[in-house]
Amino acid sequence: MSTASKAKAVGQRTPLVDGIEKVTGRARFTADMPAAGALVGRILRSPVDHGRIRAVDTTRAAALPGVVAVTTGADCPWTFGVLPIAMNEYPLARDKVRYRGEPVAAVAAVDEATAEAALALIDLDIERLPAYFSAAKARAPGAEPLHDKQPGNVLREVLHDFGDIKGGFARAAMVREKTFHYAEVNHAQMEPHAALAEYDAARDMLTLHSVTQVPYYVHLMLARCLEMDTGRIRVVKPFVGGGFGSRTETLNFEIITALLARAAGGAVRMVLSREETIITHRGRPETDVTIRIGLDEEGRFTACEADVVQRGGAYAGYGIVTILYAGALLHALYDIPAIRYRGARIYTNTPPCGAMRGHGTVDVRAGFEALMDEMAAELGLDPFDLRRRNMLEAPTETLNGLRVESYGLPQCLDWVEEASGWKAKRGGLPKGRGIGMACSHYVSGSAKPIHWTGEPHATVNLKLDFDGSITILTGASDIGQGSSTIVAQVVGEVMGLTFDRIRVVANDSVITPKDNGSYSSRVTFMVGNAALAAAENLRTVMVEAAARKLDARPEDIECLGELYRVAGGQDPGLSWHEVVKAALEDTGTITVKGTFTCPPEFQGGKHKGGAVGSTMGFSYAAQAVEVSVDEVTGKVTVEKVWVAQDCGFAINPLAVEGQVQGAVWMGMGQALYEETRYEDGKGYAVDVLDYRIPTVLDSPDIEVKIVESVDPNGPFGAKEASEGGLAGFLAAVANAVHDAVGVRMDRMPITPDRLLDALENVPSKEAAE
Amino acid sequence: MKTILRIEVNGRPREDAVPNNMLLIDYLRDQLGLTGSKQGCDGGECGACTVLVDDTPRLACLTLAHAVAGRRVETVEALARNGRLSRLQQEFHEKLGTQCGFCTPGMIMAAEGLLRRNPAPDRDAIREAIAGNLCRCTGYVKIIESIEAAAGGEEAPA
Repeated sequence: MSTASKAKAVGQRTPLVDGIEKVTGRARFTADMPAAGALVGRILRSPVDHGRIRAVDTTRAAALPGVVAVTTGADCPWTFGVLPIAMNEYPLARDKVRYRGEPVAAVAAVDEATAEAALALIDLDIERLPAYFSAAKARAPGAEPLHDKQPGNVLREVLHDFGDIKGGFARAAMVREKTFHYAEVNHAQMEPHAALAEYDAARDMLTLHSVTQVPYYVHLMLARCLEMDTGRIRVVKPFVGGGFGSRTETLNFEIITALLARAAGGAVRMVLSREETIITHRGRPETDVTIRIGLDEEGRFTACEADVVQRGGAYAGYGIVTILYAGALLHALYDIPAIRYRGARIYTNTPPCGAMRGHGTVDVRAGFEALMDEMAAELGLDPFDLRRRNMLEAPTETLNGLRVESYGLPQCLDWVEEASGWKAKRGGLPKGRGIGMACSHYVSGSAKPIHWTGEPHATVNLKLDFDGSITILTGASDIGQGSSTIVAQVVGEVMGLTFDRIRVVANDSVITPKDNGSYSSRVTFMVGNAALAAAENLRTVMVEAAARKLDARPEDIECLGELYRVAGGQDPGLSWHEVVKAALEDTGTITVKGTFTCPPEFQGGKHKGGAVGSTMGFSYAAQAVEVSVDEVTGKVTVEKVWVAQDCGFAINPLAVEGQVQGAVWMGMGQALYEETRYEDGKGYAVDVLDYRIPTVLDSPDIEVKIVESVDPNGPFGAKEASEGGLAGFLAAVANAVHDAVGVRMDRMPITPDRLLDALENVPSKEAAE
Repeated sequence: MKTILRIEVNGRPREDAVPNNMLLIDYLRDQLGLTGSKQGCDGGECGACTVLVDDTPRLACLTLAHAVAGRRVETVEALARNGRLSRLQQEFHEKLGTQCGFCTPGMIMAAEGLLRRNPAPDRDAIREAIAGNLCRCTGYVKIIESIEAAAGGEEAPA
């Protein structure tokens, strides 16, 4: 074969490397894994929202024929949690239950019916305690604390002050303040939670297949809670049906399934119902946001203040990071000379919140952008114009120590304004129809990992063998976002080879290198960079082998993927297989690795909590949303969205479009439809009808423009593309509703009843509460 | 209690002893090992279990296996012929109509049902056909494009 040109991989619209499995039904998700003879696991959940456990009596359940194992909180005295500083949750409740639906016991039985029957035979004796379902009530004086040493039910309060706040507001020509309310939302990934645990009693070895985004965290928590050496545990992530942050943390059912398997001395499969999946939660908290903005006569920011209260649910989980994110990303979108942030994360007797797409930043951004729209109108400035007056200039460092190395927001604004027909439409559409816009941004991975182990942020191994195929070994979790495709493209680009010679093996702890997982949009940037380094190392080996064979200097070798030759020479060169043969002489199978580490100067400010929000590359997005509003029914219909995202460089433009569309659309769900609801702690939106995720009939066309600012540190200039576009939708649609019917909606989701109340100028019931 | 179920699944006639109260989804997944069809909800909400019964889309999670005795049931596993992707599968793959892939089998079967009864659907017909199939990844944009391409005049990609 004498292909005279290198295969191009990055920048090409590339179908997923595992797409064929998905369209044929061959893709095996956790619930699909074959496991002959596996027992069925089931969890008994607390019927009480807050209470002291007096007794959990499993005698009758254990005696039921067909029940093989029963486990309770007594069997696991170890807490778990995603943050080493805040692990306060037991896999199965001990001493207390803190939300309705919290696991208290579990059984493994020969079949589903027996497992269900066994749950009914477990006797619970729980002394009720006062319970709180709103942050305000949980914080009120005299409230019963959910946790010891957490008075006032405050998990974390944050006060971050940067710049001259007082002076900033003093010199402002206009200061406005407004409070916004955002309902709690859930990821509602389409695949319900599931785990398969196989315990090899003869060897004391455990294998867990699970739906996780971060197998490494699960591995650590299994070792901790089962008191097993990490080397005795294997964690495998099969195909995963979406995550959006719900599976970043280790979840209780993963540990419970493992506890059951060990107790049973065999295999246990646990498949949660949709209701249980929603109650496991870790979604975006109900949030109250008060924003105060100062602008000078020119429309330049002088100062900003934000007060944020999050109803965090019963356990710490990710809460400290979530409340810090809410403040940290007030920075790095616009040039603001002074920012004060006050945050409070509150414990309540509701399912624990966690990380959800746009972690911590979405509701604050929504309020901020909505208030900007109001102020622009008052100042007589176009919303695009107001934003253009406040652009950053990269490279720069923000007040809170975040580095902005690339900044394509101006180009995003230009495209959205033009493509949406903004100038003609804004204020010019017939009544009932309107257009709004907003901006947003997000990190490309957290520059400081949660576990400060001193290891690189990402490691990728490549194996090249006699057959001429390259196997990429990665711990990056493909959860549908296309991470395996990205790493294959990066390796393909460097090697100049097509996917015919490249395979990806991911997420099996006995085979693939440890990875910090798929969250905070870190994979393309960090694992992409590690893959780039690995491929460059492999190419060096191949070039040196070709040089030896061709009796030339390595620097004179031209690598064309399928052909290695002396640049400018007459020699026909070596085919890929010939180079592979030469490279394997004496050494045998080749393995190389590449790593990536975020240097300390990117790891955020020195203030407490300063690492949160730190990243090597911020993505930027602007969007315009056109709506029609039915003033009789109060229904908002999104007609079209134009969104431009600066992802640095689109390694896979097809996937970038898909991610941006998905993010914007998820923002639409939050803005117009979605809301978890609890009545006295009982979830009322625990299925995917009552938890109303948008159907295709609710969903607009979303036109995506990829803006490429080419980040100096991203692989080929790439940054994230999956989260940055979400937050902007919330404000853009609220601003569009105002353009359409003249009311400002400060409460989301904008349901028909809320909008009708606003149109009729009725103070909403909720506001009175 | 079990009764013999005579049924055609993916082109093959079968006779199986099946519990009278067994749902079609459990029969397909647990008894036949056809795990392509998914269960994404607690019944009838998400469409991930959509299969064809005599060419018509049906939710396998709301259908008793015995209720379709003697009928022709097709799951996503039936679409690729001799290992070759169907046009619809090819377009979902190439146009990124699938991200995580969990809703995909049901989505493709709903679309397959549409194309069998209406080979040239317009956008509204496509939207209506998949209105009962939830997807949490794509915002549906590329799903609609995939189905449109499969229905469209352009030749199947090689």
